[in-house]
Amino acid sequence: MSMSTKLRTNRPPVRADVVPLRHWGRGAFAAVVAIVVVVIANSLATNPNIEWSVVGDYLFDDNILRGLRKTLEMTVLGTIFGTALAVAIAVMRLSPSKIVSGTAAAYAFFFRGIPLIVLLILIGNLGLFFKNFTIAIPFTDITFWSRPVREVMNPFRASVLGLSLAGSGYMSEIVRGGLLAVGRGQHEAAKAIGLTSGKTLRHIVLPQALRVIVPPLGNELISMLKASAIVSVIAGGDLLTVALGISGRNFRTIEMLLVATIWYLLVIVVLSIGQYFVERKVAER
Amino acid sequence: MRGDDVAQEPMVELVGVSKHFGHHQVLYDVDLTVQRGETLCVIGPSGSGKSTMLRCINHLEVISAGQVRVDGNLIGYRLRPDGRLHELHHRRAAEQRLGIGMVFQHFNLFPHMTALENVTLGPIKAKGVKRSVIEPYACELLQRVGLGDKFDAYPSQLSGGQQQRVAIARAMAMRPPLILFDEPTSALDPELVGEVLDVMKDLARTGGITLIVVTHEMGFAREVADSVVFMDAGRIIEDGTPAEVLGNPQHERTRAFLAAVLH
Ligand SMILES: Nc1ncnc2c1ncn2[C@@H]1O[C@H](COP(=O)(O)OP(=O)(O)OP(=O)(O)O)[C@@H](O)[C@H]1O
Ligand SMILES: [Mg+2]
Repeated sequence: MSMSTKLRTNRPPVRADVVPLRHWGRGAFAAVVAIVVVVIANSLATNPNIEWSVVGDYLFDDNILRGLRKTLEMTVLGTIFGTALAVAIAVMRLSPSKIVSGTAAAYAFFFRGIPLIVLLILIGNLGLFFKNFTIAIPFTDITFWSRPVREVMNPFRASVLGLSLAGSGYMSEIVRGGLLAVGRGQHEAAKAIGLTSGKTLRHIVLPQALRVIVPPLGNELISMLKASAIVSVIAGGDLLTVALGISGRNFRTIEMLLVATIWYLLVIVVLSIGQYFVERKVAER
Repeated sequence: MRGDDVAQEPMVELVGVSKHFGHHQVLYDVDLTVQRGETLCVIGPSGSGKSTMLRCINHLEVISAGQVRVDGNLIGYRLRPDGRLHELHHRRAAEQRLGIGMVFQHFNLFPHMTALENVTLGPIKAKGVKRSVIEPYACELLQRVGLGDKFDAYPSQLSGGQQQRVAIARAMAMRPPLILFDEPTSALDPELVGEVLDVMKDLARTGGITLIVVTHEMGFAREVADSVVFMDAGRIIEDGTPAEVLGNPQHERTRAFLAAVLH
């Protein structure tokens, strides 16, 4: 009782004006940033070597838009296949069988280790060392299906395959972390009501692991978008391939790179907004 | 349909069960028989192997030697005509657990599901019961454990006592003839212990269902147990009615343990 009366006497008068603390450091920082931005923007805008009208002309060019669509398709397909592979690999790595977990670990090691550009060149040039894709019973003459590699592995498919494999190696680590974050008690409770391990994974473990997996996967989607530019080394038909192709004809390299950059940044903004909402939804429970 | 002679069979029968973790032996040649509809309380000091024995009954732990029978069926193995025990495929092992409920010390509710979803998951996904069939029963069970107003609550929104009552409803929803309880009240604040014990007493008294309860609640054991076993260092040292084991213990170690627990 005496405490609260004492506190009350120490309170300021209710109607007093409030003077917020001034953050001088923040103000100075903002000023510096503003100056730097203005200087850079000015030097870009007034640079005689950059023809902004060319950037404007090509921003909505049909070929550029087609390349953008290819880039988006590759990114989305690469993420979907990559994630599916990653889940399989992560589950295998947690298998009690040393052979199964060892295989998965070797897979993850290989595809995390190999530089994407090397992987893409290898896959893109598969036709150099294999003639045909064949589904057959090994060491017999029985063949179900066979096609030339060059026909099956066009640059777009090679790109999707490369992005999926490279992405899956890294993402399997993320997924594994998510699976491990689900405690032993959850597995036991699921077992105790008679769920098989497959159903436990589907209904109990994966839904809970998602909370851990989704935020880094969002970043992985953005990385995948940027990584997809590397497929230009095998002429994957993506945004950068198209932009560089045009620059080879009109000799406006910087302008065409700016066109590509603007689109990459725009897509990343959209993805980041999407990521924000998905993360909020996943975090809800 | 089982014949009358089969119905006389005990609900749970452990014969010569041993369990090792690596080189560390935790259970030594345990024999245990629990009759149908009986409530058995298992008491004993920490580390004596109570949880391990319980977990061997529903094959959460693989036994090193001996046999476990529940409802007449060998758990985890099948006796083939060649006279040897063949380990069951994990799907068959999962099927055996449909008839054995379990309630854990730390509840282990599924945090991404509501109370009702926790209760209906097993019947729907493990047993293939239709949602429309199981939901009314699940609601009835939640009402019975005093949670008629918490169907849509997530575990994080429930107190420990409420969570444990959901966990009991979850086990009951499978309509198992046997439920195992591993220290169901040990993780609860003292004022919440009563509400969970009340639900368990209700279960024990309704009958028809066999309960094996690892507990430190001597009052509960005395009141509702049909029999009590005392475990120490991986062995069952003493068994009998609550009056015998708790009221007139024969073994020095039982006496020492009870003296320590009852202060
Ligand atoms: N998975 C495991 N791996 C290795 N040792 C284990 C494992 N589980 C239990 N043990 C050991 O087995 C012994 C018995 O453990 P158990 O949990 O069955 O005892 P308890 O009687 O239930 O004890 P408490 O009252 O503390 O729960 C302990 O020495 C414990 O360390
Ligand atoms: Mg225990």
